Amino acid sequence: MSNLFDLIVIGGGPGGYVAALRASQLGMNVALVESTHMGGVCLNWGCIPTKALLRSADLYHTLHHLKDYGLSAENPSFDLASVVKRSRGVATRMGRGVAHLLKKAKVSTFDGRAQLAGRQGDAHKVAVMKDGQQTAEIQAPHVILATGARARQLPGLETDGKLIWGAREAMTPDVLPKKLLVIGSGAIGVEFASFYRDLGCEVTIAEVADRIMVAEDPEISAQARKAFEKRGMTIHTNTKVGPLQKGENSVSTTLETPDGTVDLTVDRVICAVGIVGNVEELGLEKTRAKVDRTHIITDEFCRTDEPGLYAIGDVAGAPWLAHKASHEGVICVEKISGRSPEPLHALNIPGCTYSHPQVASVGLSEEKARAAGYRVKVGRFPFLANGKAVAMGEPDGMTKTVFDAETGELLGAHMIGPEVTEMIQGYVIARTGELTEAELSETVFPHPTISETMHEAVLAAYEGALHI
Amino acid sequence: MATDILMPALSPTMKTGTLARWLKKEGETVAAGDLIAEIETDKATMEVEAVDEGIVGRLLVAEGTPDIAVNTPIAILVDEGEAVPEKPTSAGEPTVEAPAASTASAPESSAAPAQETSRNAAPVVEKGKRIFISPLARRLAKERGLDIATLKGTGPNGRILRRDVDNGAVKAPASAPTKTEEASVKSGEVQSVPHSTMRKVIARRLTESKTQVPHFYVSVDIELDALLALRSKLNASLEAEGLKLSVNDMMIRAVALALKKQPGLNVQFTETEMLHFDDADIAMAVSVPDGLVTPIIRQADKKSLRQISVEARDLAGRARAGKLVPEEFQGGTFSISNMGMFGVKDFAAILNPPQAAILAIASGQKRPVVRDGELAIATVMTVTLSVDHRAVDGALGAQWLNTLRDLVQNPYSLVI
Repeated sequence: MSNLFDLIVIGGGPGGYVAALRASQLGMNVALVESTHMGGVCLNWGCIPTKALLRSADLYHTLHHLKDYGLSAENPSFDLASVVKRSRGVATRMGRGVAHLLKKAKVSTFDGRAQLAGRQGDAHKVAVMKDGQQTAEIQAPHVILATGARARQLPGLETDGKLIWGAREAMTPDVLPKKLLVIGSGAIGVEFASFYRDLGCEVTIAEVADRIMVAEDPEISAQARKAFEKRGMTIHTNTKVGPLQKGENSVSTTLETPDGTVDLTVDRVICAVGIVGNVEELGLEKTRAKVDRTHIITDEFCRTDEPGLYAIGDVAGAPWLAHKASHEGVICVEKISGRSPEPLHALNIPGCTYSHPQVASVGLSEEKARAAGYRVKVGRFPFLANGKAVAMGEPDGMTKTVFDAETGELLGAHMIGPEVTEMIQGYVIARTGELTEAELSETVFPHPTISETMHEAVLAAYEGALHI
Repeated sequence: MATDILMPALSPTMKTGTLARWLKKEGETVAAGDLIAEIETDKATMEVEAVDEGIVGRLLVAEGTPDIAVNTPIAILVDEGEAVPEKPTSAGEPTVEAPAASTASAPESSAAPAQETSRNAAPVVEKGKRIFISPLARRLAKERGLDIATLKGTGPNGRILRRDVDNGAVKAPASAPTKTEEASVKSGEVQSVPHSTMRKVIARRLTESKTQVPHFYVSVDIELDALLALRSKLNASLEAEGLKLSVNDMMIRAVALALKKQPGLNVQFTETEMLHFDDADIAMAVSVPDGLVTPIIRQADKKSLRQISVEARDLAGRARAGKLVPEEFQGGTFSISNMGMFGVKDFAAILNPPQAAILAIASGQKRPVVRDGELAIATVMTVTLSVDHRAVDGALGAQWLNTLRDLVQNPYSLVI
């Protein structure tokens, strides 16, 4: 095999492997270097295995509420090892799928860590290292860095693999903690809080900001908090976590809440306080590429300041979402191949959280739209007034729309409740296609579906919703 | 095999021509050398001969269609018994909206307006041609009185998006030079130059303003000597940095401060309510080739003279280069029009809706003034405030001008 390629992709996560597949479609000879697992964190230790866990937890929760549906079952129980095993099985299966896709696309894969090793003419040289030894040197005029990110470690809150968990430990528990403290209420934090709460843990969430899920519309944050508390979680906002005192099999700490200090002893702590980019040991210092606080600086086509060097996905900065990484991979490769792709617009990237209830959104929150100077029209529709949601026994939820009063542009949409992560794409299409309230109002939504709330929330912003 | 008949270049300089008349109908047989059409250029009318033999499968361009770029497919020639393709075979993009009529029924199609534009030509679009445009862009274009046929789309497959409408307002003048040339030499002495998009927008907006907004005007003379002296001192100290404050920069700052002191002018009238603005976002009229744009110094009350100067220079430069992004010239709570550099004594500006006021600044001139009963010479500038009387009454306009005059005549507050 020659060591010369058209493109080298470093990192086999949802950014890197999609970039490699698209490059192959466009006729490039592609190398992909991955150090650990094809599919990256998303597929192995993130999005996918957590969805498997949450599915088990959700069913278990439902088993305890069968009476609501006129059903009954004797002593519902779960086997934690089997729940985890299923989740790992899903990850393994999807990982194999990625490997197969890459093989089918004739992408040359290299097992190891990659390091930029200078240039030869127009080509970048990349050294592939395995266990400290260089196993290959490959070259290409274009190199995409897709090395992803890892959990941020705060001083005093470092994960230790036993008592203080990161995402990886949290999704492979050997025993179920009775009491759990989750630090941070972003998507990762609340998903784990949801999972463990549904399995019966006493869950406390500590958030330093003044509300949970701070990236979401404040109204949605408030509804989420209410729903989580109704499900039995304890939530502290505006709260700092004091030093963690580790015991034999427990952790004690003091929460500084606005209402005074709260002493807390839990079995385990999950730390989900953000992300740092994997920018180390890539040989970046020998290039012109700039790094700002663990993220590589890129332009709208993912180009760094070093000619022929690109960065996509988490390592290139927020939002840290798999679909953002994949899309950047496609844009980046299409630009390299001489096409004219549309740059990614941050406000058209949806965000989804798979807690119970689910949360999904796209575009500007009402608060941010107002702060940006828009005169807004806001529509809301509660799931309580939606036939399908009530029939499903899931009447808690809301769809909210934010329109520019002057142009009818859909500035943002925010949803909380069952299946909203599956529905938000409708509004994403509306934003990408620059639809206005007129087309959304004219659209026929199928009955009975929860998606009818999406229609009603548009009507509510203008002439008024029909079913409330 | 189907072949395209292309718009011929009848002279070395010909870029476009008008299809004056078809001499063959769809379905007719042609032999090489047969005359198939008459083409009109600005210089002459000429006949086009068929190069190949075959059957006229489809006429792609209606009689009388102007501005057809050279090498645009105008008809499709097919062999006997061959199916007629919907689209020209040579063009890479399907640029023809085919008439719905069946391919065999020849006569009606020659009347059907199946126009053709070359991919690279200016976007000339006739009736019946589908324009791909987002609903939001279509609505904005309508509101701004823009002809969507003149917009160039930058979205997928040339789809017109919001940004194209936003950019259309400033970029259009440069985009249609060929049309202008074609149209400019028709009737003797009079040259008729089609309006640029910008000219149309100016015409519409200012007509709306003058006919729908009740203007009143207040003028005041302001002595400039103190401000000019301060400016020289400041510029001497800024020289090392290569910065030079203009009177305009200082007036932007003075106007912003005056709006903070008298916020009653920093408003907009709407049908149902009055909008009061906290920030003084000052729009400054910049003349550009074929029109003007009004880039905005946002929150000018919170910015130093240095910031204002740097920003104003950058905005004016990019305004002239047509490189402003829409946020940079849309909005603004108050406008300034400065014609001081042209030596005018005074003038009154037309309001820039929906803003409630605009200040016209004339040039500073040495004039006799009476000071303590003595005749003296001072540098005096006349400024005229145009005000929307629906939003602001006369006394407030006058008071505001006095505030402005105090700020300019005692200019140290501009730097504190």
